[in-house]
Formats: sequence, structure tokens, C-alpha cells
Amino acid sequence: MAGHSQYVPQSAAAKWLESRLPVISLVRGSFVDFPTPKNLNYWWAFGGILFFVLIAQLITGIVLAMHYTPHTTLAFDSVEHIMRDVNFGWMLRYLHANGASMFFIAVYIHIFRGLYYGSYKAPREISWILGVIIFLIMMGTGFMGYVLPWGQMSFWGATVITNLFSAIPLVGEQIVIWLWGGFSVDNPTLNRFFSLHYLLPFMIVGVVILHVWAFHTTGNNNPTGVQPKTKQDTIPFHPYYTIKDLFAIVVFMIFFAWFAFYVPNFMGHPDNYIEANPLVTPAHIVPEWYYLPFYAILRAVPDKLGGVVAMFGAIAILFVLPWLDTSKVRSGSYRPLFKQFFWIFAANAVVLGYLGAMPAEGVYVILSRICTVYYFAHFLIILPMLGFLEKPLPLPASISEAVLKGGSAKPAGATSAPDTK
Amino acid sequence: MANDTDQAEPTRRDFLYIATGAMGVVGAGALVWPFIDQMNPDASALALASIEVDISAVEEGQSITVKWRGKPVFIRNRTEAEVEDSKTVPISDLPDQLARNANLPADADASDVHRGVEGKENWLIQVGICTHLGCVPLGDAGDYNGWFCPCHGSHYDTAGRIRKGPAPENLLIPPLEFVSDSMVKIG
Repeated sequence: MAGHSQYVPQSAAAKWLESRLPVISLVRGSFVDFPTPKNLNYWWAFGGILFFVLIAQLITGIVLAMHYTPHTTLAFDSVEHIMRDVNFGWMLRYLHANGASMFFIAVYIHIFRGLYYGSYKAPREISWILGVIIFLIMMGTGFMGYVLPWGQMSFWGATVITNLFSAIPLVGEQIVIWLWGGFSVDNPTLNRFFSLHYLLPFMIVGVVILHVWAFHTTGNNNPTGVQPKTKQDTIPFHPYYTIKDLFAIVVFMIFFAWFAFYVPNFMGHPDNYIEANPLVTPAHIVPEWYYLPFYAILRAVPDKLGGVVAMFGAIAILFVLPWLDTSKVRSGSYRPLFKQFFWIFAANAVVLGYLGAMPAEGVYVILSRICTVYYFAHFLIILPMLGFLEKPLPLPASISEAVLKGGSAKPAGATSAPDTK
Repeated sequence: MANDTDQAEPTRRDFLYIATGAMGVVGAGALVWPFIDQMNPDASALALASIEVDISAVEEGQSITVKWRGKPVFIRNRTEAEVEDSKTVPISDLPDQLARNANLPADADASDVHRGVEGKENWLIQVGICTHLGCVPLGDAGDYNGWFCPCHGSHYDTAGRIRKGPAPENLLIPPLEFVSDSMVKIG
């Protein structure tokens, strides 16, 4: 990263610091001079958007923790106290709760961008795998955060999800009791979830640094999937992408603010405004929307262990995706068949999400099974075979050629002059 | 050089390396254990092990739910029809053919006599936690007139045995004992 810096310290103070800790050249090499493909479209802005949402969640979360009480008898009331008494508490909580949804909206778009443009392929496998790890930590963080208000959905969501581990043969029951710190979800569970909910976002920050480090070592992917060949193919990150990402972040903030201020409970569940009751399960338990596709997969399998394995397998399969896709061509823009299957897969994922929200009976179960099979078939059958069956379109000789000819990978907005560097 | 050391006898230094490393692993394990074990149920959670419940007011066909170890326990005074209904089911029709009764040997079969309280077969006392993922099933519901779990659609019969759906086991029967005719001790 630092290797991309053209920085030469000028002032005496900068020279003194640089010779002891080369942090200025590190930052300049990574986020100022860093050579970035000049054809990145707005789908690439979601990395920057995610960085913004992560910071927003950290800040709102840290201040919420100043007013929240992690105890079963006080948690629910302390959340209402935040809503009614704490100065701007309502805003902080709505920003944080909707921020979680925004985080997942952005991360799903980011993941699908990677899937479409083949960002997981060599040499970016490590960056992709680190991304899947971030996704997993995000899911854990979101789940534990949802438990903290100690409403009915909090309690029963926690019960159902922790019980997933009881499917593990032999030691499952012991693991669940260990996770709970008792014989049911109770105060010890709430306490530890609060502790971990505070910890995990900082772990995400750590893995994000590795994630960025990895693709800054290999260079960014781009809509053509063709590696930059000459200096004409890249532009410095600053000011071109700092300003482009900033614009995208501002647009995203409008979207975020609309939810937080106008429909703050749209993505929540009304049952969570009822305090947790260990003796009554709500008639219809649904997880937060961002888990629904995986929840549908869990319920599609009529066997406890099988369902749990399928659900975790649906995420785990992403780890080996770089080796399942046999095509040498990265970008979906040059893969006529893949492109179609990509959109079928995306639609299948959305349908799974819908099915996850429906009751587990009748036609919904059958549809869930079909969609689950298709989900796995996409990775295990379609992607490996496409590499052999598909005849990709001719690739442009370089990024510059694609940009100037307006090839099939239309660059949206990368219009800066290439020769004035 | 590498060849020479490969074939040489283990030296005193090799032994010390391995012994030190092994000691280090044991020490690290001993240090990690308290940090893992602190998450297990604490003394106060273990102290809430048993409760006594007065069931004299529960008429035939009625149920009550009590809380034991933070979990609901269903106490049902079954009707004769329910008991008869349950008795006619062949064991081979049951997805889980074990009684899951903490008062009986683990291999007891799931016939009705092993589910109801011994000598008081109208009483069915079971932990009201679906064996799938831990929701509380609804009473007087489902395709078998027993319990139905709304979360993922498991159906239990009038003896609390799983009949249909994803739950792998019958509802668990906790350790229990009738202290008198109207008083039952759970746990």
C-alpha cells in the first residue's frame, strides 16, 4: 500500500515522523495516491458507504450504551427511557436500529456486485474470504444487538437461534447451556450478549482493514474484469474516488435518514414492543429481514440437524466460491450465460427472503425447498459447468479501450481525463 | 548439515524444547478454562433446581403452565378420551420412539404409560419447550389434538409425542414426584 505513495516529506516535522513511523506515506499510498481503475461504476461506491455505516453504528452504539441497562428487569424500560427521556435518545436509537438494516442493504449490494463482476476470483480470493468473515461477524453482531431491547422478538429470536447449536450431535445441549449461562435464555445471556455486541464491531473494523489491505495489494477489480495494464488505466484515489464515494454516501444518507425519521419502525417488528415473556411464544416468529433467506433455508429441511447444516452451509459455500467458478473471465459483462443465471440467482435469493417471512406450512414449504435446492445448485452445478459450456464475449485489450469505445461494460461516471496524470 | 542433525540422537536441548512447549500448552489450557467456564450456569442458576406445585384445582381437560428453571412446564389433567387416543397409536408410527422421561431409563419406549405419570396416567407433566428450536408450543392445537409449535410447525399428540414436523424428540418429561395427591415436585 505504502509502495504506491509518491510522498516525499517536506517539513522537518514530517521528516522526523516519517523516519520513525511511516504513517503519512501509508495513508497517502492507500487512500490518496493509490492507483484505482478509472472505470469503477457506482456499484463500487458501496465499499465507502459500508465504511460510513460502520462508523455511524459505532458512534450511535457507544452513546446508546451510556443510557442502556443490560438486565432482564431493566433492559426493556431503559430502552423506553432512551426513547422518551434521553436528549435525542429517540433519534440515536432509530439511527442505530435502522443503521443495522442499512448496513445489510449495503453489504448485500456489495456482495452481489462482487458476484456479478467476479471480484472473488484470483488474485482476490483472500479479500473475498475476509469479506465473508465480515458478513458472518455482522450477522452475529446484528443478532445480539436485536436481543438487547428484551422484547418478545428479542427473547424468542435469541431462543431459536441459540437452539440451533443444540442440533450438534452429543455436545449440542451442553453448548447451548454454556451459551445461555443457565437453562434458558435469561439474565446471564443478556449480559454476555451486551458485552459481545460491544466487542464485535471493533473486530469488524480489524477485519475490514485486512479486507482493504488484501485488495490494495492485488489492485481493485473493475467492471471489465481486465487488470490495469498501463498508467492510462488508473487514476489516483484522491480526489477522483474520494469525491465520488462521498457523493454516493450523501445520497445513501438521504435514503437512511428517510427511514430513520419517517418510517423508523418499518423494518422492525411490533412484537418487540412487548416485553419479553418466557412463557408465551409469539404466534409467528420472524427474524430481522436480513436473515430471512437463510431462515427459509433452515426451515426448508424437514430435519433439525439437516436444516442447521443447510443454513450454515449456505454461507460457508461462499468461502469456496473462488474455486467453484471455473470461468477464466471475471466480469459478468462478458459472460452472456452467466449474466442470466446471476439474475435468476438474485431473484431466487429475494424469493427465499419472502418465503422466510411466511409461515412454515403448505405451499411455502414446497417453494422453500425448490429455492434452497436452486441456491446450492447455482454454486455447485451451474457455476462449475458454465466455465466449460459458455463462450465469453471478447474482452477489451485494456480498461482504457473499453472506456473509450464504450464497450459492453458501460462505465457510469468514470469520465476523468486519463492523460493528464 | 541438515542431514547430520536429522540422523543425530535427540539431544538434551531437543528434550528441553519439547518439555517447555508441552508445559506451555498445559499452562495455557489451565488459564483458558476459567474464561470458558465462567459462561456456564452459575451457582444462583443451579440453586433454582426444583419447585413444588399445587395441582388440586386443575380439573379434567385443563392445563396449567408453571415456570421451572426459567422454562415453562405444562401440567395437564388429560381426559379419558385423550389417554385412550394416545394408547391406540402403535410405537412404530412415532418419529421418536423413546419416552424422553427423566424418571425412566433412557431406553424406555414412548408408549403412553411411559409418558403419563406412573399410576396417575391422566397427568401429563412435560417441559413446554419444543425440541426443535425452543419455542413454547400452543396447547389444544395441531393435527393430533395435542400441542402445536407455531414457529416451525411441529405437531405433538395428546401424550406430547412428536408426530409431524421438524422437531426430533418428544416433549421432555422432567424429573418429578408426587409429594401428596395434590402436590407435585418438579426437579
